[in-house]
Amino acid sequence: MTFAASTLPTDEATFAQLIFGAPLLGAVLLLFFGKRLGKLSGIIGSATVGIAFVFGVLSFMDLTSIATGHGENARVLTKSWFTWIEVGDFNVHMSLVIDQLSIVMVFVITGVGFLIHVYSIGYMSSEENYGRFFAYLNLFIAAMLLLVLGDNLLVMFIGWEGVGLCSYLLIGFWFEDRANATAAKKAFVVNRIGDFSFLLGIFLLAVSAGTLTFAGINESAVSGAIGGSMATVGALLLFGGAAGKSAQIPLYVWLPDAMAGPTPVSALIHAATMVTAGVYMVARTFPLFEAASFDVLLLVAWVGGATAVITAIVAAAEYDIKKILAYSTISQLGYMFLALGVGAYSIAIFHLVTHAFFKALMFLGSGSVMHALDGETDVRRMGGLRKVMPITGWTFMMGWLAICGIVPFSGFFSKDAILAGAWADGQYVLWGLGVATAALTAFYMSRLYLRVFEGGVVMPEGTHAHDAPPTMAAALIPLGILSLAAGALNFPGGLTFEHFLEPVLGEPEVAHGLTAWLLGGAATVVAVGGIAVAWALYLRAGGLQVRDRTERMLGPAVRAARNKLYVDRTYETLILQPGRDLAVFCTEVVDRKIIDGAVNGTGKLVAGSSELLRRLQTGYVRNYAAAFLVGVVVVFSILIVRVAA
Amino acid sequence: MSDFPFLDVAIFVPLGGAVLIGLIPKDRHDVIRWASLFVTLAAFAVTLGVLVNFETSSADFQLGSQAEWIKDWGISYSTGIDGISLFMVMLTSFLMPLCVLVSWRIETRVKPYFIFLLALETGMLGVFSALDMFLFYLFWEASLVPMYFLIGMWGYQNRLYAAMKFFLFTLVGSLLMLVAILFLYFAAGDPSFGYRELLGTPLALDTQRLLFLAFFASFAVKVPLVPLHTWLPDAHTEAPTAGSVMLAAVLLKMGAYGLIRFGIPLFPDAARELVPVIMGLAIVGIIYGALVAAMQKDLKRLIAYSSVAHLGFVVLGIFVGSLQGMSGGILQMVNHGLSTGALFMLVGMLYDRRHTRQIADFGGLGKSAPIIAGLFLFVALSSIGLPGLNGFVGEFLILVGTYVRYSWWVVPATFGVVLAAIYLLWAYQRVFQGPLTSEPNRTMPDINVREVIMLAPLLALIVFIGVYPKPFLDRINPSAEKVVRQLNDSSVIPQEGLAGEVP
Amino acid sequence: MTSVSPEYFLALAGLMFTIGVVGALTRRNAIVIFMFIELMLNAVNLAFVTFSRMHGTVDGQVVVFFVLVVAAAEVVVGLAIIISIFRRRRSANVDDVNLLKW
Repeated sequence: MTFAASTLPTDEATFAQLIFGAPLLGAVLLLFFGKRLGKLSGIIGSATVGIAFVFGVLSFMDLTSIATGHGENARVLTKSWFTWIEVGDFNVHMSLVIDQLSIVMVFVITGVGFLIHVYSIGYMSSEENYGRFFAYLNLFIAAMLLLVLGDNLLVMFIGWEGVGLCSYLLIGFWFEDRANATAAKKAFVVNRIGDFSFLLGIFLLAVSAGTLTFAGINESAVSGAIGGSMATVGALLLFGGAAGKSAQIPLYVWLPDAMAGPTPVSALIHAATMVTAGVYMVARTFPLFEAASFDVLLLVAWVGGATAVITAIVAAAEYDIKKILAYSTISQLGYMFLALGVGAYSIAIFHLVTHAFFKALMFLGSGSVMHALDGETDVRRMGGLRKVMPITGWTFMMGWLAICGIVPFSGFFSKDAILAGAWADGQYVLWGLGVATAALTAFYMSRLYLRVFEGGVVMPEGTHAHDAPPTMAAALIPLGILSLAAGALNFPGGLTFEHFLEPVLGEPEVAHGLTAWLLGGAATVVAVGGIAVAWALYLRAGGLQVRDRTERMLGPAVRAARNKLYVDRTYETLILQPGRDLAVFCTEVVDRKIIDGAVNGTGKLVAGSSELLRRLQTGYVRNYAAAFLVGVVVVFSILIVRVAA
Repeated sequence: MSDFPFLDVAIFVPLGGAVLIGLIPKDRHDVIRWASLFVTLAAFAVTLGVLVNFETSSADFQLGSQAEWIKDWGISYSTGIDGISLFMVMLTSFLMPLCVLVSWRIETRVKPYFIFLLALETGMLGVFSALDMFLFYLFWEASLVPMYFLIGMWGYQNRLYAAMKFFLFTLVGSLLMLVAILFLYFAAGDPSFGYRELLGTPLALDTQRLLFLAFFASFAVKVPLVPLHTWLPDAHTEAPTAGSVMLAAVLLKMGAYGLIRFGIPLFPDAARELVPVIMGLAIVGIIYGALVAAMQKDLKRLIAYSSVAHLGFVVLGIFVGSLQGMSGGILQMVNHGLSTGALFMLVGMLYDRRHTRQIADFGGLGKSAPIIAGLFLFVALSSIGLPGLNGFVGEFLILVGTYVRYSWWVVPATFGVVLAAIYLLWAYQRVFQGPLTSEPNRTMPDINVREVIMLAPLLALIVFIGVYPKPFLDRINPSAEKVVRQLNDSSVIPQEGLAGEVP
Repeated sequence: MTSVSPEYFLALAGLMFTIGVVGALTRRNAIVIFMFIELMLNAVNLAFVTFSRMHGTVDGQVVVFFVLVVAAAEVVVGLAIIISIFRRRRSANVDDVNLLKW
């Protein structure tokens, strides 16, 4: 097996390094001087992300200005710094790539990231480690940009681990509380299990494709240079990594716990950007998935579909406002994987974008609520808050309608396109899963929204709710507008997001004509149905009795959902406890008893035999002399016998 | 200027310094400290000359010298370095001034302490530069003695047991090696201890096997490979901080270095035959070290066991028989020296403040000493192998190199990466996170200037190697390639300067 | 000149040596043991001289001089030790001096 050495790619993209460099510089600056900069750190942190966004726009203009002359799909700009690792024929370059896909991601990251930075200025204003918070946040943006800009798997992996680290740091931001620190560690370790799979995939591809660049891997996948079975294993391993980062079955357990971090972090990292990295990665390497001899894509679709339904069920049983949103995020990520699995890659990215808008919005809205109610997170102790905090309420409503998939909100277009894609791919069961998820989503999100913002005003005692301060509102309003209007990006027959991504991701297969209308209609009906059920159970007079009756009827199911389907407990008994037992066995028995026992046993043996031998040492000179004589006689006798013989 | 014998001067500067410090009155502690710092810095400056004059693309031994010593027995004073030993020499001379800084607060028997420290430096530099088996053995044993005293005299409560265990383990190994060296000496047609003369001595496979095992025993103890590792946690735990740093950063590398320099080139056929066994031990070490580390209650023991796991990676890379593995293994030796050295310094700082190493005695220190906490996390992440920091480059190369040759073996080895995250982050959580419960923890002072000075160079290198390892790899690759060829290709008689393809 | 057969000398030497061994092992007084040791040395000297004469070389006689010198030196050191022990313990009995053991 050999590696194909490659030369450093040419240097075309002028702004790529600046997109990534601005937030990195901000992070370094704030890490060292955050304490001294005080309140200025928030402004610096936000500004660097804003600058990155501007450079993103400039890059976008660069990209669109390239004549499509040199080949159909040639709208690619690369930026190379230096050769990172070079051993023999194996080399990896530090190089970035700007194409349609990465620029979309750059916009999402820097755009939503900027808004969330601005929001944090207000949200974190009373925080002691204000500078440190923005340093981590900037570091995260830098790492996430590296992840999407890297032109090979290994540079992507730097970003991949970098965002994982920032997630760890930010979940554990209030580390004085043991639970937060534990949640942070859990997130990191579960992600590491995904990375274990990702790393194995990198090794496999490095050898079987001979290179780690996306272009090279995809090329050898298409040309068949990677055999079907190798492609299968490689794709499965990469998907394992994606499932870790994007919280899919069976590795989703870290994300609900990750809500221990400050709310802007949940919005930025655990809703809008980092968790979508897996979706991005699969989209980036889709030719590999298609080249697999086993239908890995179908597996991806099923994992996505199953995750979507199961976590939607758990979300419907949660009472913690952030946990509901967390399970909802997992469920929506499942939707994206479903889209990837049925070959609708650009649709998956489209849903990624709209989801980033409306889910970030809802997280920020929930943060605003918690900010107003002194950190209260239980939805049972809230109600009618739209009257008290209108900006938060109205913007949250935008997010709610978007995620439910109501026309003309953005979520409708992306969700409908996914369902249409599943139908067009002939995966009717998966389509059914998608529709069921849509219904459940509409139900639990309405349950959340209606409880918190509609009906009579309910607040925990002693709290004086107030609406979001200006910096927080400044983030909520644009996100509300985007949640409403982002569907226009991919309006059927109009502007086409899909078409923009086509050079990278190919043309998705979607239903057309009457089928499309029928599918869209069905999705809407289901969504409205979900909302109606939630209204009947939670807002209508007498809903409580109905609720009690259903709960009794569904007894075990509800209990299971309340207990998160016992997944955490199963992992604990099946994996963690045996692991701990093995470690204890190694430490106590193997190390202490067997190995050290053998060593110390040798020592004791030596000591014991000398104990016996020392009795020969009487101290009496005449004994020694006698022994001496005996020895001389024996030696001489032997000599004489020898000579005689 | 390049005729100046940088290497030989570097070896003996510390020893000369030790003699001079011997002349300083023993109660002039500050003079002794500053003099030691000066001597170690001077030695480092001289090794910088070595680095600058090193010819990058060559796999030959360079910058050494050769002189008759005991002519009748074929013993010569012969030194020289290649890409493998270059960074070991640099690592040693780079860490020594930092170790002097670490030891600034030593107040008992100051003079002998620094004399031993400097003698240790000469021993270690000599081990990495010697090209005569006799000279090598001399330096090898010479580095053992100062370490024994450093642990035995300046260590903690259980130091005598630890020092004795350390001494006996390594001595038993060394004696086997001595026998093998003597055998080799007599087996060579023209009796000589010269390394280059002994290369390619034709040996029957049976003989090779026995001799290799004798060398291997000595080096495996030093590395240490499971199950010969139990001296390490004791020695690390009881040694004074500078002793732990040197032990982890350099002394362990002497074992891995010996395997690369002597084990494989002198007995390539036997080494090749034993590759599966050694790789198996290495992988067991990776997993086992990580599991046991996770269960430790003493911070220093935890890091000691993490060394077992990390050195497992190094040995895996060395014996896997691919250039990526070998170069990665050698780079990882440097990386481990930096990361683990820094970890021991940090633990030493905690001990200086709290006089305990028990994890349970800490908690919430991130609040009272945020800078120490941040630095500890940073170094732990480099040890975990976070991309962008040094540990990743080495581990990645080792694992890619393993995959190239033995695809399945890479699975358990990579799993070791997951385990590393568990035990180090758990330790970090228990020490630095959670609530501040006890008064001494609440009032613990944060880092001081001396500590910043001693950690900053390490941190800078950790980032540098992580981002731009090319200058290191460029120098390691040619020499690594030569050893890999010796390991893989039985028809090649080891000789210098052969060019060829590595499979 | 009549010559006595060398066997007689050797027999005498053997007898003297045996007496010396038995005496050194059975007696307890350090001075007496010392004398028996001297007896053994002189038995060996006698054997050397005899062999020297038998073979007509001087090697044996040279060795005898060495033995005499060493014996003289040994007496000096040995007596000094015995006297210092006697001063301390008021006894020259070797069985009283048995501290040098485990």
